[in-house]
Amino acid sequence: MEKNRAEWLNRQWQSVLSIPRWLQLALIIGFVAVLPPLIGNYWTHVLAYVGIYVLLGIGLNVVVGFAGLLDLGYVAFYAIGAYSYAFLASPKFGIHVPFWAMIPACAALAALGGALLGIPVLRMRGDYLAIVTLGFGEIIRILINNLDALTNGPKGLLRIDPPTIGSFHFATPTHFYYLILAGCLFAVFVTSRLNDSRIGRAWIAMREDQDAAALMGIDILKYKLMAFAIGASFAGVGGIIFAAKMGSIFPDDFSVMVSVNVICLIIIGGIGSIPGVILGAIVLIGVPEVLRAAAIYRMLAFGLLLVLMMIFRPMGILPSARRKLELKKED
Amino acid sequence: MTALLEIRSLTKKFGGLQALTKVDLLIEEKMIAGLIGPNGAGKTTLFNAITGVYAPEEGSILFLGKQIIGKKRHEITAVGIARTFQNIRLFPSMSTAENVLVGHHCQMQAGVWGAVSRNRKTRQEEAIAERKVMELLRFVGLEGQEDQLARNLPYGDQRRLEIARALAVEPKLLLLDEPTAGMNPQETLALTRFVSRIRDELGLSILLIEHDMRVVMGISDRVTVLDHGIRIAEGPPEAIQKDPRVIEAYLGRPSERVRKRSRPPHLNP
Repeated sequence: MEKNRAEWLNRQWQSVLSIPRWLQLALIIGFVAVLPPLIGNYWTHVLAYVGIYVLLGIGLNVVVGFAGLLDLGYVAFYAIGAYSYAFLASPKFGIHVPFWAMIPACAALAALGGALLGIPVLRMRGDYLAIVTLGFGEIIRILINNLDALTNGPKGLLRIDPPTIGSFHFATPTHFYYLILAGCLFAVFVTSRLNDSRIGRAWIAMREDQDAAALMGIDILKYKLMAFAIGASFAGVGGIIFAAKMGSIFPDDFSVMVSVNVICLIIIGGIGSIPGVILGAIVLIGVPEVLRAAAIYRMLAFGLLLVLMMIFRPMGILPSARRKLELKKED
Repeated sequence: MTALLEIRSLTKKFGGLQALTKVDLLIEEKMIAGLIGPNGAGKTTLFNAITGVYAPEEGSILFLGKQIIGKKRHEITAVGIARTFQNIRLFPSMSTAENVLVGHHCQMQAGVWGAVSRNRKTRQEEAIAERKVMELLRFVGLEGQEDQLARNLPYGDQRRLEIARALAVEPKLLLLDEPTAGMNPQETLALTRFVSRIRDELGLSILLIEHDMRVVMGISDRVTVLDHGIRIAEGPPEAIQKDPRVIEAYLGRPSERVRKRSRPPHLNP
């Protein structure tokens, strides 16, 4: 009886897998798209927050997962995106550039920041790179905190313009939910195309054996810079959406914990795997919201979860096929 | 015949160690050149100098008449020099086909826009690359293994895959660093034949580091002998085999050998 049931479940699962991939995707997107009216304002707000982390996770996954560069200062690019928009679309300087024009601008500024950080540090490997990027993230936050004339310091920048389309103003959590969903879909599309291309192959080769990759004709510095810049640009987009959604931003929104959370959700979800990153964001950002009552135990639970993951499932919940194999090697 | 690679008085030091001293080497088109010498003679150092891994202190390396010292590793690969490694360095968790595709990197162009938009140019390029990969895998005898992970291949196949990956660069000069290391006599014989086939069918030049004398002498047009970083002999295989300096480098001086045999050192008063 038990066995029959297991077989039946397995058959069902196989038939789910045999649905064409585009249809699977369409069903998932359709499901996510109809959620807001069903779950109400509060949960839509929570999911939108999760969505921003999905966007950040997908961006950092390019750097950490695809190219294998441990970047602990990712929040810096998020801050660059958010503050760039706040400078140019708030009463602070009386400038009001439209949100839609600022999206590519913030992506480009963050990418530039990524490249500028990249040039001096990309000759470093592993731990050294992690420490320097960690420092860079803190420098940006401390600058924001202290450049009062520009950023209002800890008082933050207020009354940031919401996005508008004609006379329509983005205001409710539902509006932002769809904006963030669109951003995430775009990010998933771009990064999965990149992963499955000449560039993606160069990144993997570089991660596996940097010297052999260079001798196969891959310009290591260029591809590292490219990973840094592309990863950073998604953080820039995340930052502008965050600023527009919150309407006000403060230095504390860009603490090192943001970088840590994003790294954690990538590791828990499955490094290098896009579905893994999405699931990781839901687990790591969404679940604590659900468990608000136990908020003081949150860090404890985080730590415990990471330790347990490393022991029992080091490849993450939904690992990429390749990483699964890479980790098997060490067994 | 014209000179493909011309190395003149190349010197490389590691601190106080003189790894290469004024080494000369000339490789012509469609030539198989053997590079031999005892352990630590500087053979792999010479490979690393040619491919831009080490920067030599003195001398010049001309490839098709152009200086390549000072160029970066990937730039040297792009002008047409590909290599394999003494201890196999494949990308272990990439598939066989992907490994070869990485070798084809320089022959492709897709940038970020091409990769994301997957436009016609990119699709064409990928299709051509895929055909090329299949062709090369067939050539080295790995057809049907496209989806195997590199690290799951048997040792001999990994050596072949490394050669396929280097050939995907579409080089004019192929550097093989001990391709028969760790192989049994049959495998060695097969690989030796295969190296000749590469030259004959693809028309490229090969510089070969090899320990197995029969291999080197059997297929090389010219042999260069290094000892302690110095080129001690150069010429056709028959002449090298008889060269007293080469015999000395490998076996020691005749008088030394006689003395050692007659009175072991630990019995010396």
